[in-house]
Amino acid sequence: MTRQRIIIFLSMILILNSAFCFAADRFPRPEFTSDYQKPQIISPLPEASWIDYLDMAVLVMALTLASWLALRKRSRNGLFVLSLFSLAYFGFWRSGCICPIGAIQNVTLALFEPGYTLPMVVLVFFFLPLLFALFFGRTFCAAVCPLGAIQDLMLLRPHRIPAPVAAVLGLLPVIFLGAAVLFSALNSGFIICRLDPFVSFFRFSGEFKMIILGVLFLLVALFFGRPYCRFMCPYGVLLSWVSRFSKWHVSITPDHCTQCRLCENSCPFEAINTPLPEISQTERQAAFKRFRLQIPLLIILFFSAGGILGYGLHIPLSKMNSTVSLAEQVVAEQLIQKETTLASRTFHESGKTLPQLLQEAKDIRNRFRVGSTILGFFIGLMFCIKILAVTTRRPLRDYEADRGACFSCGRCFAYCPDEHERQKLLTDQPDKIYESIG
Amino acid sequence: MSRDIKPDLISRRVFIKRGLQTAGSVCLGGLGLLSLQHLQGKSSVWQIDPHKCVQCGNCATHCVLSLSAVKCVHAYDLCGYCKLCGGFFPPDAVNLDTGAENQLCPTGAIKRTFVEDPYFEYTIDESLCIGCGKCVKGCSAFGNGSLFLQIRHDRCLNCNECSISRACPSGAISRVDLDTAYLLKGE
Repeated sequence: MTRQRIIIFLSMILILNSAFCFAADRFPRPEFTSDYQKPQIISPLPEASWIDYLDMAVLVMALTLASWLALRKRSRNGLFVLSLFSLAYFGFWRSGCICPIGAIQNVTLALFEPGYTLPMVVLVFFFLPLLFALFFGRTFCAAVCPLGAIQDLMLLRPHRIPAPVAAVLGLLPVIFLGAAVLFSALNSGFIICRLDPFVSFFRFSGEFKMIILGVLFLLVALFFGRPYCRFMCPYGVLLSWVSRFSKWHVSITPDHCTQCRLCENSCPFEAINTPLPEISQTERQAAFKRFRLQIPLLIILFFSAGGILGYGLHIPLSKMNSTVSLAEQVVAEQLIQKETTLASRTFHESGKTLPQLLQEAKDIRNRFRVGSTILGFFIGLMFCIKILAVTTRRPLRDYEADRGACFSCGRCFAYCPDEHERQKLLTDQPDKIYESIG
Repeated sequence: MSRDIKPDLISRRVFIKRGLQTAGSVCLGGLGLLSLQHLQGKSSVWQIDPHKCVQCGNCATHCVLSLSAVKCVHAYDLCGYCKLCGGFFPPDAVNLDTGAENQLCPTGAIKRTFVEDPYFEYTIDESLCIGCGKCVKGCSAFGNGSLFLQIRHDRCLNCNECSISRACPSGAISRVDLDTAYLLKGE
């Protein structure tokens, strides 16, 4: 009797098991007597890989052309036409992916995650604009970046942003860069792509809130030049670091500066440094004496405050990771009967155990503790550098483009009288000059 | 006095600038070399692993395209050609016919055609399919699981971070090689 029961029980288990394991074989495949032919599965192919090579070739050509137009030809019109082309090609035709701004995350992920492989096109898109910036300044921003181009087109009536406001807002891209590197290094999402305000325009489709963000940025761009580039773009931070040490760079004047001050207000991005007289040796020594305590104190203060803040924020930041947030959700369900989510139901059905999940989440959180502390130190250091940069200024003889901030757009060229002489525009009729300035 | 200092000052500045230039290029080159180790010539594309998919319906709503790039695919080799198809009829269907009220698919993208008694063929009209996965769920629960979701590469924009993969509860969407752009069932 008992043996029979056991056999029945076991066979039931076997039947149930087979129903679960071989769900694909519940019904036998039919053997048709008619001459019915099964249709083929159609699988449309992805874009051919030659498109990647085309993208890289176009990028090289656009960067070369932009550098030549900005530094040698000194043609604002040429740069404008090239930026229209870039907007059409990299923006609308290639629908905004891959761009160097987003490639920061792929390169970071490849460096930190051994299993992640980096496609050639992403590597080229990340390094080539930086390499060009090392030689020619930010010519990528001038006429190759589709995000810059769409904002540049909108610039209708530029207004000045007060220097303190601009200095504070200028720290946002640094924070954004640090956060993007942290999240992509720990495989917790590509925040640069999520917060790209213009990519929905390029795709003609996107989330409602991202389209609203894009429209807001474009509205701001009507009155304040390139708000995304100046106050958000993380790639711009890298470009400005590299551009400061570039071998060549656009200059406002083709010849030599006559200090006529005509170009002073020509830059809508406030990237022109005005001359500053050299201070005497004694004055400099006095200033140094006055701040010799404050400056090291400030550095220590910001550096440590950043580190402490970064360490304190590692728990909320780690929630960006899907494993950590899932673990928190599952634990909350057990402790306070929180409502289940789709992810937690899927987890319960997956057969993975809770200790496994908790261990994974703990490992990730530990990595976040280190990463976010480093991020905090980095941001603290950047604050120090910013404060030092706005409080001290090197003496300057002529009007010069700020190598870090200048987008090499070439708007200032037309304001320089020497440029008019170079282009043989000077005539007896001064009206013509004013016309060309517009 | 200041004249004596000036040339020295400039040359020091130039020296620092050159040094930083070199350091910058070395850093860039080093970073480039490091990432070269992870380099893979070919691009990759996003795809759904049908064995991990739980048919939650997020594919229909979370794609950046307003009509999702995810569509239902039918592996005819696995199909039982059932008269009573779990992917075509809802469990509470009144009549087993092609009336709209008796169809599981919200857009009527599945076509049911008679082959021979008692077999019916089910084909998917991709232009109507929204990738909601309702039929996939029905087929996996009651049938052979021959219906499954795939990202169609003629529609996919290959975003840097797939917006559906962020919403996927089972981690079924990942990047795959260009050569194996589809993860088909029954092969």
